[in-house]
Amino acid sequence: MQASDQRALFDQMVLIRTFEEAILREYHADKSPAFDIGAGLIPGEMHLSAGQEPVAAGVCAHLTSNDAVTATHRPHHFAIAHGVDLDAMTAEIFGRVDGLGKGRGGHMHLFDPATHFSCSGIIAEGYPAAAGQALAFTRRGTDQVAVAVTGEGATNAGGFHEAVNLAALWKLPVVFVVEDNDWGISVPRAASTPVDSNADRAAAYGIPGVRVEDNDVEAVYDAAGEAVARARAGDGPTLLEVHTLRLWGHFEGDAQGYRPDLESVPEKDPIPAYEAVLREQGALDDAAVEAAHKSAKDAVETAIAFAKASAEPDPGSVRDYVFA
Amino acid sequence: MTTVTEQPTRRLNTAKAMVEAIAAEMERDDNVFVLGEDVGAYGGIFSSTTGLLDRFGPERVMDTPISETGFIGAAIGAATEGMRPIVELMFVDFFGVCMDQIYNHMAKIHFESGGNVTVPMVLMTAVGGGYSDGAQHSQCLWGTFAHLPGMKVVVPSNPADAAGLMTAAIRDDNPVVFMFHKGVMGLPWMKKNPRSIGPVPIGEHVVEIGKAATPRSGSDVTVVTLSLSVHHALDVADELAGDGVDVEVLDLRSIVPLDTDAIIESVSRTGRLVIVDEDYQSFGLSGEIAARVAEHDPGLLRAPIRRVAVPDVPIPYSRSLEYAALPTPARIKAAILEAVGR
Repeated sequence: MQASDQRALFDQMVLIRTFEEAILREYHADKSPAFDIGAGLIPGEMHLSAGQEPVAAGVCAHLTSNDAVTATHRPHHFAIAHGVDLDAMTAEIFGRVDGLGKGRGGHMHLFDPATHFSCSGIIAEGYPAAAGQALAFTRRGTDQVAVAVTGEGATNAGGFHEAVNLAALWKLPVVFVVEDNDWGISVPRAASTPVDSNADRAAAYGIPGVRVEDNDVEAVYDAAGEAVARARAGDGPTLLEVHTLRLWGHFEGDAQGYRPDLESVPEKDPIPAYEAVLREQGALDDAAVEAAHKSAKDAVETAIAFAKASAEPDPGSVRDYVFA
Repeated sequence: MTTVTEQPTRRLNTAKAMVEAIAAEMERDDNVFVLGEDVGAYGGIFSSTTGLLDRFGPERVMDTPISETGFIGAAIGAATEGMRPIVELMFVDFFGVCMDQIYNHMAKIHFESGGNVTVPMVLMTAVGGGYSDGAQHSQCLWGTFAHLPGMKVVVPSNPADAAGLMTAAIRDDNPVVFMFHKGVMGLPWMKKNPRSIGPVPIGEHVVEIGKAATPRSGSDVTVVTLSLSVHHALDVADELAGDGVDVEVLDLRSIVPLDTDAIIESVSRTGRLVIVDEDYQSFGLSGEIAARVAEHDPGLLRAPIRRVAVPDVPIPYSRSLEYAALPTPARIKAAILEAVGR
């Protein structure tokens, strides 16, 4: 890989992590001493994506804003990597009127038509929409691609299989991404999934299946590049599983007492690991690392300030937007 | 009726009227396409798509796998990208395998996006019993869909309304659940009411969603109903006219939005209300209509409200039992006579 591409991946991961750390800070700021999930500037469930940055960065590096991405209940990393406006996204997470959904959606329901980005809070149920987006692209004769993201826990749900089957049957330009972070909330992968690699399931649908190990952003980049090119060329979908890492809890407030590997988790953090690789190769130096962090911090703090300055929705508008 | 009286018509059954409306919109708008189980060569199990494959080809009339979550979800994704899919759920009873796509996605995306994403699609589905298809192929369930916010629900009773409502549904920027009763389709292989074949306007014909019709005016009692039960109510009204009971029949045509004004207006004249609903009785449409009247002015009623609905049992298979559960003309007649104190 060229050093500039490597730095772009690194910068993207730093931006995502900086964002998630800022949301973590704001989420917990006013939830003490007693944790109250419904209290504070950011209420509700909060599923942060720290540790899974390599998947979003590696996949979205091959996409433009004309391509579609449908993500999960843990959507921030893909939204950021796909170029969703950070200010409007942050305002939505804060539930404000300048948010993507004017405060109606929240962090699991981010919709951005400008980048064809959406997500769903229901496991595996975001997958079928990608087949439909791809169908629309095919019908119109464009070379747009739809990317569907889900976790490894979703691969045992019907929606996953129905969507992959349909896209394979109709040879649609979809890239199905599975983020294997080892855990379905508290249930380890081995207790839910009978195959070692979900890429093996691709054979059941006659499409290529690829598994990337070790949360390796460059390996994700390479595999996603092939999958996206294949889709754009009209050769149909690919199933791409990435063995990634849930660095934090399933949601904030999750003490993770069920997790025997807890102590070793921080040392698996993919961002310092990639930084070390790039420094070793000469693709990164102190100045570049500092610039990445400063740029990310500026963008994120601007977005947080934008969200905080935005008004709460008027209760009188509660009935709006049910119908067009 | 909202049709222009001068408009020329032709006689079609309800199924053919729907097909012609779909075809006209497919001619008009390249974004309109049809997908579902057996919608292609078979033409729809209840003839809702007959002939469309020959006219528009497999790219726009797509047979799908038996995979309702997959293909309804795909319709939703296509709709968010500006297509206008018409997706058929063969029997409404099958909603159990795909309801997440319907109520958590189709119906909520516009809201969750703060109005930034529209989902212009039609989910058409066959409803109703009366032909011994058992508990999993005979339900109406419109109250279930109407209960959940974000989707319009239309329920035509005759060919002209089926055509006009279908056109309106396809052009609507909201998801519309289009529920056609098998008994009003005019199918040659099922018992049918004579009104399932009727005049359909030729040319532009749109029936606004949310407006009830009054196929029979009367002064003694209002029967609020929909779908196949409209025909039973009209037949009973004809019969009772000879006995000096003047029945008004209100055909709701859609239940989301519900034409509350039309119900209130009629009841305010007659003072008596009979609700006929082929859905389950409790927690549903009939209770909602009664509540809206009571909330408006309980003083409108000169007699207690009567409900003729499915008495909270699954639809039985055996003919004798099924017709004990359905809102038959005999049950409707008895309820009307009770309401008018005869």
